[in-house]
Amino acid sequence: MKRIVTAALFGASLTLAVGAHAQGRDYQSIRIGVDVPYEPMEYRNPDGSLTGFDIELGDALCERAELECEWVVQAWDGIIPGLLSRRFDAIMSSMTINEERRQQVLFSEPYISPPSAWFAPSSEGFTSADAQTLKGKTIGVQRGTLQDNYVTDLYGSDAQIRRYATADDLVIDMSAGRIDIAFLDFPIGKTTMLDADQGDYVVVGDMIDEPKEYFGDGFGIAFRPRDEALAERFNQALAEVREDGTYQSLYDKYFGVEE
Amino acid sequence: MEQLNQAIIDLLSGNEIFTANTLDIYWEGLVNTVHLVFVSLLIGILLAVPLAILRGSRFAIIKWPIWCYTYVFRATPLLIQLYLAYYGFAFVPGVRDTWIWFFVEEPIYPALFAFTLNTAAYTTEIFHGAIKSTPRGEVEAARAYGMSRALTIRRIVLPSAFRRALPAYGNEVIFMLHASAIASVVTIMDLTGAAYYVYARFYAPFTAFIFVALLYMVLSFGIQAIFRGLERWLLAHLRPAG
Repeated sequence: MKRIVTAALFGASLTLAVGAHAQGRDYQSIRIGVDVPYEPMEYRNPDGSLTGFDIELGDALCERAELECEWVVQAWDGIIPGLLSRRFDAIMSSMTINEERRQQVLFSEPYISPPSAWFAPSSEGFTSADAQTLKGKTIGVQRGTLQDNYVTDLYGSDAQIRRYATADDLVIDMSAGRIDIAFLDFPIGKTTMLDADQGDYVVVGDMIDEPKEYFGDGFGIAFRPRDEALAERFNQALAEVREDGTYQSLYDKYFGVEE
Repeated sequence: MEQLNQAIIDLLSGNEIFTANTLDIYWEGLVNTVHLVFVSLLIGILLAVPLAILRGSRFAIIKWPIWCYTYVFRATPLLIQLYLAYYGFAFVPGVRDTWIWFFVEEPIYPALFAFTLNTAAYTTEIFHGAIKSTPRGEVEAARAYGMSRALTIRRIVLPSAFRRALPAYGNEVIFMLHASAIASVVTIMDLTGAAYYVYARFYAPFTAFIFVALLYMVLSFGIQAIFRGLERWLLAHLRPAG
């Protein structure tokens, strides 16, 4: 902890010292900090190489922006200090954009808002998941997640809510028949239920990522505050990959539901 | 220092965390915790008294199964017992089609089951120890008066054993209150579950957990006061005269 604080202070003083005249360098190559594993966003192949949605999208963005990119693995609690102390020049690690972090770093445009979704055994036969349909049903969520807040506020008066410490506990209880339907981060639900061969589960209704007060602004790439030009290059690249379909094919690869 | 002052002011005035809604969650947690602990202690002690007497039986066929039971339940973590009761029973083949499912489906019954058996095991051993240390003379005197074995146990052994067991049992009650904090892992919204919910919702670990720690402290002090009163009353003959 002490080391992190020192690193942060060192980074901050460096920023002060150089910041007066520096407009940010004109980068040819950059290093990007990432915390692994966080499947499916960033994890390792069996051979040890990095992969995941963040990694592949990051590489595509670097190519567009004509940058040499190198990934640096850094544990989460030191990831912002690592950026500020120049161990790397950007963070692309499923970092949710929020006010606290905006005080310290500069964010790109959000590159994904991971949607949430309803999951239920196909035998339940749900066709939609509005409050009316779920009246008197038992809903499972991960305790303290944004899905928990959403369900508590919108369904709390009509349905019973069971809160679990982990998604695995929740899935076990669903297979035991204690809960009727679950509301989860879509990538987590896909990994633990749809792809896991534990039973016959389906997604009920649409993906949900609104309203923003519950589901946030999504994930952004973080830069040092003075590297505005660099952030702009990434925003530009992001717009291009969205335009030409690269983004969509990556999105389908990681988050698509096979019919 | 200024930050600390500000934190206290925020805490006391129109803060965002302790709204009526949050306090309602804590209240629900308090009710669930007290309910869970009280019921399991009550059933636990009703089981423990006969078990403690039988545990001292001369017959191996009675004595050893009880020893096994208390040994197993005292030798394994309560959390594991709770997991077994909650997740284990749900996967017994065919259980979902029987009336037992009614009790397994709701988390409160498996939790009561595990907590009751656990506290009964400890209480059995506490009472058994107290019964064993009954002075020989008291029993012999009772027999000399012509009391039957059952009457001796009822009139002489149990009252004096209960007095001796009281301080240790008071500790067991407080341990049980604190052990009940694991109920939230099987989705019961007990005090700890409520605190966890508030923590995760407002990202305020200190506020959420200190508040719940205070609630546990109040409950513990209440239990201690009750047992101190009981001891003053039941152990009055042991106090120095005058």
